[in-house]
Amino acid sequence: MNRIDACFARLKADKRKALVTYIQAGDPTQDFCTELLMGLPTAGADIIELGMPFSDPSADGPAIDKAAQRAIKGGAPMVRTLEMVQKFRAQHSEIPVVLMGYFNPIMAYGVDRFCADAASAGVDGLIIVDLPPEEDSELKIPAAKSGIHFIRLATPTSDDKRLPVVLNGASGFVYYVAVAGITGGKSATTADTGAAVKRIKALSDLPVAVGFGIKTPGQAEDVACVADAAVVGSAIIDHIATGLDENGMPEAGLSEKVLKFVSQLAEGVRAAD
Amino acid sequence: MKDTPNSFSHMPDERGHFGAYGGRYVAETLMPLVKAVEAAYKKAIVDPAYIAEFDSLNRHYIGRPSPLYYAERLTEHLAGAKIYFKREELNHTGAHKINHAIGQVLLAKRMGKTRVIAETGAGQHGVATATVAARFGLKCTVFMGEVDMARQKPNVFRMKLLGAEVQPVTSGSATLKDAMNDALRDWVTNVHDTFYIIGTVAGPHPYPMMVRDFQSIIGRETREQIMDMEGRLPDRLVACVGGGSNAIGLFHPFLDDTHIICDAVEAAGHGLDTDKHACSIAGGRPGVLHGNKTYLLQDADGQITEAHSISAGLDYPGIGPEHVWLHEQGRVNYVSATDQEALNAFQLCCELEGIIPALESSHAIAHLIRIAPDLPKDHLIVLNLSGRGDKDIFTVADALGEEIG
Repeated sequence: MNRIDACFARLKADKRKALVTYIQAGDPTQDFCTELLMGLPTAGADIIELGMPFSDPSADGPAIDKAAQRAIKGGAPMVRTLEMVQKFRAQHSEIPVVLMGYFNPIMAYGVDRFCADAASAGVDGLIIVDLPPEEDSELKIPAAKSGIHFIRLATPTSDDKRLPVVLNGASGFVYYVAVAGITGGKSATTADTGAAVKRIKALSDLPVAVGFGIKTPGQAEDVACVADAAVVGSAIIDHIATGLDENGMPEAGLSEKVLKFVSQLAEGVRAAD
Repeated sequence: MKDTPNSFSHMPDERGHFGAYGGRYVAETLMPLVKAVEAAYKKAIVDPAYIAEFDSLNRHYIGRPSPLYYAERLTEHLAGAKIYFKREELNHTGAHKINHAIGQVLLAKRMGKTRVIAETGAGQHGVATATVAARFGLKCTVFMGEVDMARQKPNVFRMKLLGAEVQPVTSGSATLKDAMNDALRDWVTNVHDTFYIIGTVAGPHPYPMMVRDFQSIIGRETREQIMDMEGRLPDRLVACVGGGSNAIGLFHPFLDDTHIICDAVEAAGHGLDTDKHACSIAGGRPGVLHGNKTYLLQDADGQITEAHSISAGLDYPGIGPEHVWLHEQGRVNYVSATDQEALNAFQLCCELEGIIPALESSHAIAHLIRIAPDLPKDHLIVLNLSGRGDKDIFTVADALGEEIG
C-alpha cells in the first residue's frame, strides 16, 4: 500500500488531521536540510513535501523562489533531492514523502529514470505545478506504474466545468490551492476554504489537503477544522531565511528553531476538531 | 489551406500542440483563464465587428500596410541577390510588436478585463502594450528586469509617459525570462480583472497561435506587395528570431510555398562556442518553461541558463514552439549571427540605406550580408526590418567606444 493511503487511513482511525510541511531540498545546504528533514516527524509533520529546486518557479512567491536559488547553488539538485529522500526513508519507514516542483528538471533527468529512482528512494507522491491534467499523462502514467501517486490540484478558479476534469484520475489526495495566487501570499477565509473542500468532497472520496497562505498555528488549526490536512511551506522557509548569516549559511541552532515552529503548527492542527 | 494534408501552416492541433511542442504547461489556477482566452479569441476572429475594428486600427493607428522597400544601395553593395525590406520599423511605436498588442487588447476589452500586464526585454513590447492600454483606457503594468531597465532607459520613460507602471524585476538574472515569471505570478494573483498580453509566439496555448495570427499580417502584405513590384513571390525570406514573433509573422503565409527558403537568425552573442549566446535552436534542448514545451537553454540539471545578446529583445533562453516544429520538419533554416556581426550590419544599414535598424533586426541583416553576394541577381530576398534602432543608440555607442552622454 502506498504510504499516503496508509497515512490517511491511520489518521482517519485516530480521528485527527494531518500537518503537511514543505521545505526546499538543499536549502540552504544539503547537510542543514537533511538534518531538518530528519527532525520533521518528531516535530509533528505527518506528511513531508520536499521541493525540487528549479531556477524559474513561476507559481511560487519570493520565499520559495529565493530558497530555490539558494538550493541550486549547491549543484546537481535532483540527484541530491533523491539522496535526501533515501536517507530519510532509512530512518522513517512510514511517513509519506511527496516531491513538489516543476516539470523541466524531471524532463532533464529523464522521466523513466526519475520514476524508477524516485520509487526506489521511497517517494510516494508527486505534485508538479506546471503539469495540468491536459499535459500530465507523460509523467502521471509512468509514475503510477512505479507506485507513485500523481497529486492533482484544485483551485478557486476550478468552476463546475473544470473541477471534474481535475478530479477525474486524481490519486493520493487532492491539493486545494486556497487562494488564486502564488505561494506565501494572501490567506483565504475559513468559510471560503470550507465551502471549497465540501465541493471537492461531493465529487471525490480522496482526502483533501489545503495549502497557500497558511502561516500561523492558528490558521493551520482553522484549516484542519474544515479539511483533512493543512500544508505549510513559505512560513517555514521564512523561518529558515531569517536564520541565515551574511554568507547565507545557517546560524547555530537554526534547525531547532525551525522545528519548534513546526511543532507549534502541529499543535494547532492537533487542536482542530 | 488549413485542411490540406502535408501543410506547414495548419498547426497547432486542438490542444495547442505543434507536434511534440507547445501545449499548456501552466498552474491549474490559470487553466480556466487560458481556456477562456482561447474561447474568446475563436469567437472574435469570426466576428465582423472585431475584424473591422482590428483592420481600422491597423490602418489608421499603426499605419499599415507597412511599405515593402527595395534596398537598392545595399543590393548594389553586396552585388548579388535583390534585397527588399519589409518596413515594420515604420509602424507606430517603431516595431512589429504593436501588431499583436492591438489584437490582444481588443480581446481583453471584449472579455471585460480592466487591466493588462506584459513582460518586456528591450522595452518594445512594453511600449506597445502601454500604448494600446492608453488608447483603450486600461490600467497597465509592465514587468521589466532591472538589468534591462538600465540598458533601455528611453523605453522605460516612454512607458511611464504612456501611463504604465513599470515594475522592476530583481529575481533570477533580472532579464526577460524573469520578467515573464513575474508577469505569470501577477496574472495568477489577479485572474479576475487582468489580461496578460504576451509579447511573442510563446506561452500557453492559444498565445503562440494567436500572436502568430496577429503577426501574419506582415507576410500577407508582403505577398501582395512583392506581386505588385516583381510579379512573383520571393525566393527567400530572412528574419531575426528570439521568441520568434516577427519571423513567424513573415514566414507563416509562405510556409506552404515550399520552394521559398526561410532563414531565421538567432543571436549568437559572443559566439556559439561560448556560454554567452541566445541560440535556443542551435544550443538548447527540449524542456518546459513559461507555459509551453520548446527548446530551452539549460544546464544538465534542467535549470534554465541565462541567454546573452547585445540586443535585449533577443536575450531570451527559449523560442516559440512552432519554430521548434518548423526546425525539426526542416521547413525553416535556423542560423545565427554574433553581437559583432550585428553591430557591423547595423552600421552598414545606417550608412547605405539611411535607416537605423534595431539591433534585433541587425542580426537578420548580418545573415543577409553573408549570403547575398553569392546569390544570383534574380534571387529575390525579403528581410523583415522588424524594428527601428533609436532605442539602441546608447548600446551601440558603448560598443563602439563613443561617448554620447
